Amino acid sequence: MASSRLKRDYSITGPENKRAQERGLAAAEWYTSPIPRQRMKELMKRRNGPAIRDTMIWFGSLIILGIIAYQTWGTWWALPAFLAYGILYATPGDSRWHECGHGTAFKTPWMNEVVYQIASFMVLRSATPWRWSHARHHTDTIIVGRDPEIITERPPVWKIILMQIFHLYGGPVEIKRIILHVLGRLDQQEQEYIPASERQKTFWEARIYALILLGVLAACMYSQSILPAMYIFLPSFYGGIVVILFGITQHLGLHEDVLDHRLNTRTVYMNPIFRFLYWNMNYHTEHHMFPMVPYHALPQLHQEMKHDCPAASPSLAAALKEVITALIKQKENPAYVVERPLPDTARPYFFGINQEAEVHAAASTSDTAVS
Amino acid sequence: MTAKSWIEACAAEEIDVEDVIRFDFEDRTFAIYRTEDNMYYATDGFCTHERVHLATGLVMGNIIECPKHNGRFNIPTGAAKRRPACEALQTYPVKVEEGKVFIQIEEGSQT
Ligand code: FES
Repeated sequence: MASSRLKRDYSITGPENKRAQERGLAAAEWYTSPIPRQRMKELMKRRNGPAIRDTMIWFGSLIILGIIAYQTWGTWWALPAFLAYGILYATPGDSRWHECGHGTAFKTPWMNEVVYQIASFMVLRSATPWRWSHARHHTDTIIVGRDPEIITERPPVWKIILMQIFHLYGGPVEIKRIILHVLGRLDQQEQEYIPASERQKTFWEARIYALILLGVLAACMYSQSILPAMYIFLPSFYGGIVVILFGITQHLGLHEDVLDHRLNTRTVYMNPIFRFLYWNMNYHTEHHMFPMVPYHALPQLHQEMKHDCPAASPSLAAALKEVITALIKQKENPAYVVERPLPDTARPYFFGINQEAEVHAAASTSDTAVS
Repeated sequence: MTAKSWIEACAAEEIDVEDVIRFDFEDRTFAIYRTEDNMYYATDGFCTHERVHLATGLVMGNIIECPKHNGRFNIPTGAAKRRPACEALQTYPVKVEEGKVFIQIEEGSQT
């Protein structure tokens, strides 16, 4: 059934921003599952051990794969070797950027900051601007016109998702921004969420990025080979496949414009290797509801709140199937969302301030599914 | 000059070591802390970044971490220590007498 809804403007500088504020969806109070304070305090406890261990495994494995890839250079074996290097560069790069950005991965603040800066560069995300973009994503998760981190709109733009397999949409946008920052300017979107006090820092970080990238370029020219760039810079493009596969499971296919993370965020069970790469961000509903809980405690947090949440997707493959099916349906009917039943032990869904009827009305005109 | 008064907030034992509780008085909200060295402090109850109750946050030493975006503040001084929290929290004098925590506030001011 075709939707009668008009195509919405997802930019955060457009009319939907004001509309979200008028509807009480901006900086609003979100639903949280009931967990005793004492237990929350245990779950929120910070530790250095797990993150130091995981960081050593990550960089150690990168060095080993880097050496193997070097030895295969000039043969066909270089393709799988660099693909493995790129995936191990970009995927934990993304999740370490994320967790260290929250400041919860390590107990010691400077360790979070060092890994945050390194990982931000590795995934080509300007450290300070993305800190603020991500803060907004948590304030207004998937609120149209407010959240700058919505991967694709409804109806979905397949071109963007497919280009992101090789970071070819976000990467060039970010490079343009880095050039602007080097020149001491922000783009229009960034002016929405980066406070004036953070702008000088943004510009200096971009100048450091630019120096490193120019160094890589010079090394390529000197060696008459792209090999140096295969280690730094290019992996954020050719290693992006797992980043996007994990990323699209977080929110796509679920509700927009609601104030309950159980409605707009997906938790997916993953195997230990994926969980290492993703730093447990597959427990995404838990993370959004309680961003204070470090990655290593998210499985325990999941146990504490699963009685109040829809069932987790049983695997990455199942989650991807659900997302891709929903996106295909949203192409025809942008109002389509995956409706997930709550267990009997759960409190009811909280759609948002004075908008339950509206969301239900939208759902009733759509071909909704129960997963 | 604005008049200041001592207001009884809670029993001292109501707050665990390294913890924070919320205290509402008239139309104002405060956060009252007991740090690991057994000192009591009080600040505004809401984060200065967005309007989120600090009482559901985490006390680590002399630091309170906000539950929403992990912004941090120094509890004794109120100074913002980690972005996205940039603005300091208002702090209030605290005294403990006969097992009760009192905070001193200016009458009529808004929190
Ligand atoms: S609301 Fe406290 S850091 Fe954002």
